[in-house]
Amino acid sequence: MVLLIDLSGLSDALELLSLSPPGWGSNLLRGLVHSLQIAFGAFGMGLVIGLFGAYGKLYGGPITRDLLAIYTTVIRAVPELVLILILYYVGTDLINKASQAMGYGRVEISGVIAGIWVLGIVQGAYATEVLRGAIKAVPPGQIEAARAFGMPTLTLMRRVTIPAMMGFATPGLANLWLIATKDTALLAIVGFNELTLETRQAASSTRAYFTFFLAAGALYLIVTLGSGVVFGRIEKWARRGQPSLRGGGR
Amino acid sequence: MSGLRAMMRPHRLFLMALFAGFVIWCALSLRWDWVPKYAPLALEGLWVTILLLISTSVLGFLLAVPLGLAQAVGPWYLSAPARAFCTIIRGTPLLLQIWLLYYGLGSLFPQFPWIRSSELWPYLRQAWPYAVLALTLSYAGYEGEVMRGAFSGVNKGQLEAGRAFGMPRFTIFRRIWLPQAIRNVLPTLGGETILQLKATPLVATITVMEIYAVSSRVRAETFIVYEPLLLLALAYLLIAGLITLLFRRWENRGSANPELPRTRREKNLPLEG
Repeated sequence: MVLLIDLSGLSDALELLSLSPPGWGSNLLRGLVHSLQIAFGAFGMGLVIGLFGAYGKLYGGPITRDLLAIYTTVIRAVPELVLILILYYVGTDLINKASQAMGYGRVEISGVIAGIWVLGIVQGAYATEVLRGAIKAVPPGQIEAARAFGMPTLTLMRRVTIPAMMGFATPGLANLWLIATKDTALLAIVGFNELTLETRQAASSTRAYFTFFLAAGALYLIVTLGSGVVFGRIEKWARRGQPSLRGGGR
Repeated sequence: MSGLRAMMRPHRLFLMALFAGFVIWCALSLRWDWVPKYAPLALEGLWVTILLLISTSVLGFLLAVPLGLAQAVGPWYLSAPARAFCTIIRGTPLLLQIWLLYYGLGSLFPQFPWIRSSELWPYLRQAWPYAVLALTLSYAGYEGEVMRGAFSGVNKGQLEAGRAFGMPRFTIFRRIWLPQAIRNVLPTLGGETILQLKATPLVATITVMEIYAVSSRVRAETFIVYEPLLLLALAYLLIAGLITLLFRRWENRGSANPELPRTRREKNLPLEG
């Protein structure tokens, strides 16, 4: 009897999750695609900000360093949710003012772009710290040697600093990527149609809360575990030729 | 003394003047007339936030100790579920977990008459038990992983010495293993507690009236956008600063090596020639 109820419950759940219209599977997948787009964009933007921020913190003048310290401290102490709201309103205000000044009307901002801008600034603060630590871990002699040979700054960055620091930075960056994928869920609160919001809409219109939230959890988990594997590979590649940190284990 | 002198360098004075100018501009040209009306509500919300932070951190830590222990030294039938729990908690967004518990359990419970007639029902109909449960489980998941490293990081010789003195196993755990494990990860715990503070506004989405919810309400009722958000960010900055200070004090008190606090302080000095 119990088995029968379980089976029927399971088939109901499968029907709800199916990809064709009576089911909500395609909505969830569309949300997942949006989430991944935002996460990729924000992670990339965070990397760019982080690279400049790390260089500014390490080699910049006193004002640059103080400003960057304020940026990283404030961003890391204030909840992402509050930052998302502030940056979202500031961003839309600025763009609307700019477009009105140039003679256009109000602009409709795409959710994906806004999400990338907001999460990218948050990610940038964390990436600054990760990359700063990684650059500091590179033996200074290597950078000095390149300078002594008269290597231009950009070439030095491209051919010495970045390859040498990759191994140290990858674990921290992997963590940041996981934070980026999970932070996309916060955009649900500002009304972006990413995975968590699609899930909630599906759940509240079918009343099958457990089915949909568990399915979304499974999707997130697949993404996290999959990226764990990928980043493991990247770390192995970035560390090739370096002695193992674990001292021979594994 | 040196800290004060570092603050008095010209560019810092300039930045401070700029900041003071910003504060004065905020005070004069932004709207603050809503503050007196909402101040009692905001204080209540602040109190709820702090209460949530402390209770879920303490409960979560109590749950994290067995989780870490099971993963570090437990047999497979304990360590495998513990590891699975930590992976699931760390692999899915907290917002999803909160909604799963609140909407999922909240829609499941009323179907059972014996739950509805039980003494707990008045509490289960409110939002805060789900908020506390979700935040506790989340903290436990992240801390379980931290404590696993902490427990396996304690020097084996210390435990063997305790055993050689004939100490009972629980006494070894209470007096040698746990204190050293906690001391090693205190800086990490401080960081995780700030992350927990930053997670608390999520429970506003399930109608818990904490400080973030108060600011949303001000925004919705008065259409003032930036002022409540700025105050809110300031409140979180202050609480985060307080957590940092508290943990630094614990670290300095708990370190066996009296030299340690000084070297740590020296490390924080700005780098200059």
